[in-house]
Amino acid sequence: MDAIITLLTIFVLAIFIGFEIITKIPPTLHTPLMSGSNAISGVTLIGAVVAAGSDVPILPQALGFLAVLFATINVVGGFLVTNRMLSMFKRKG
Amino acid sequence: MLAASNALLINGAYLLASILFIFGLKGLTHPKTAVRGNLLGALGMLVAVGVTLLDQHIVSFPVMIAGLVIGTGIGAFLAIRVEMTGMPELVAVFNGFGGVASVFVAGAWMLSGGDEGFKEGLVRGARDLIGVENSAAQIALMQGTIAATASALIGGVTLLGSLVAYGKLAGVKWVPEGEFIPAQKILNAALFLLGIFLCYQSVINPDNGLFFLGIVLVSCILGVTLVTPIGGADMPVVIALLNSYSGLAAAATGFVISNNVLIIAGSLVGASGLILTSIMCKAMNRSLANVMFATMGPSSSTASADDVYEGKIKSTSGDEVAMLLETSRRVVIIPGYGMAVSQAQHAVRDLANLLESKFGANVDFAIHPVAGRMPGHMNVLLAEANIPYDKLREMDDINPEMDQVDVAIVIGANDVVNPVARTDPSSPIAGMPIIDVDKARTVIVIKRSLSPGYAGIPNPLFAADNTLMFFGDGKKAFQEMIEALKEA
Repeated sequence: MDAIITLLTIFVLAIFIGFEIITKIPPTLHTPLMSGSNAISGVTLIGAVVAAGSDVPILPQALGFLAVLFATINVVGGFLVTNRMLSMFKRKG
Repeated sequence: MLAASNALLINGAYLLASILFIFGLKGLTHPKTAVRGNLLGALGMLVAVGVTLLDQHIVSFPVMIAGLVIGTGIGAFLAIRVEMTGMPELVAVFNGFGGVASVFVAGAWMLSGGDEGFKEGLVRGARDLIGVENSAAQIALMQGTIAATASALIGGVTLLGSLVAYGKLAGVKWVPEGEFIPAQKILNAALFLLGIFLCYQSVINPDNGLFFLGIVLVSCILGVTLVTPIGGADMPVVIALLNSYSGLAAAATGFVISNNVLIIAGSLVGASGLILTSIMCKAMNRSLANVMFATMGPSSSTASADDVYEGKIKSTSGDEVAMLLETSRRVVIIPGYGMAVSQAQHAVRDLANLLESKFGANVDFAIHPVAGRMPGHMNVLLAEANIPYDKLREMDDINPEMDQVDVAIVIGANDVVNPVARTDPSSPIAGMPIIDVDKARTVIVIKRSLSPGYAGIPNPLFAADNTLMFFGDGKKAFQEMIEALKEA
């Protein structure tokens, strides 16, 4: 039971940190925030890598492959496109 | 011994990755630090994924490497090729991919029985929900199964919801709006309850994969029925909400494999999406439930278009507007989705530069939070056109100055500048905060026709004494003004 409580504690505390930081992000950066945070949520990739790399039967490994594929698109595409957008935001002059 | 030190290294690296994610998001609080913030996030991801390769469960590399390589290629291709006007679609698609990855990880976990050799206690442990002799392994297994079902439920809704949102944003015509089948709300509620029931069944019968497949199926259908009725101008809310779901799906996956960094990253993103959702809802003065489940339409008490417009519309031309602009000290441009549709952002920039360099005017941009199809949509388009971000002003910031503005140019916006929101409590947009363009000395509205906006109501601004209607395509209208000003 302790393990679940620890995980839940981390979950709740991280949500609080998220609220604290993200309310300070200006509206002008809301689109990069969405694409960048979306790339971060692609951290599912860790789970996918474990699933695809384990010595498990063919079906779960196939699912693992698909998970790695989509999560990687999410991560790589997300960070790249966010970088592209953010480098366009310039001050006057 | 080796395994223990490995575990320490891996968990330490996950902690580092979590810290990098948090500092990365913190960097996004200012445009100056934002690029570095995004790179910190990417670095965190590299650390997290890199160290996972040391995980002792990973014994088979070819399949995984293939996924990584192909995924990197597709992701980079999409990110480099996309036009800035196509950004809402891309964000929708990436949300969906995040969701589907969570579904697949959960599926792989269910099929491999937890991957930790818990198969022995699988059935017995989970059936004794409140059992007498629950061992730690059995609890861990049940936790994994509960989280896997949650992950599949949220992930499926995110996937199909995002695909429908993509269809709407890309202008696919078959996607209907409004209640496309009778008793939409009851159907959604029934699907949701069925999903929960299947989750429960799946937890007490973890060896029966049919229940898990059922969850995936039901959640996919729910994604379609939830998002389909929601119309164009409400898209910012939907995109933000799906963004939140993709984070929550990742967090749920974290519970499946008891992984802290997934939980932390997922809940950061979940919180981010929820905040954006609530900002978008506030900017329309509507509740989330109202956006999700209510259909918006003209209320009976609202005046008809003929009453509002008849005999009061003054249309104008590029030459006439140019004459007005020549003598203007202070100009504010209010962009809406129409600017994105006509790809007018570069022409808009040229006009602003011309007014500042040749005529010494001060040009600002007033941006409503829900202008466009996703949060911050207008800002990205204007930044692409090299308009400095300190010229992009928030609604609350610029409204007090609107009465000092000589000319306000509205391009492709309608409901967000409709003064009815302030004056008519029975209007569907009553109480919605708007940009007070009607207070400017002269208002130019660039629009193809007098057709109503998303709210379906006429806009008295168009018939106001100080308003001139410039009918036509946004980009062409700006080009005409620029030509006339160059000759002046």
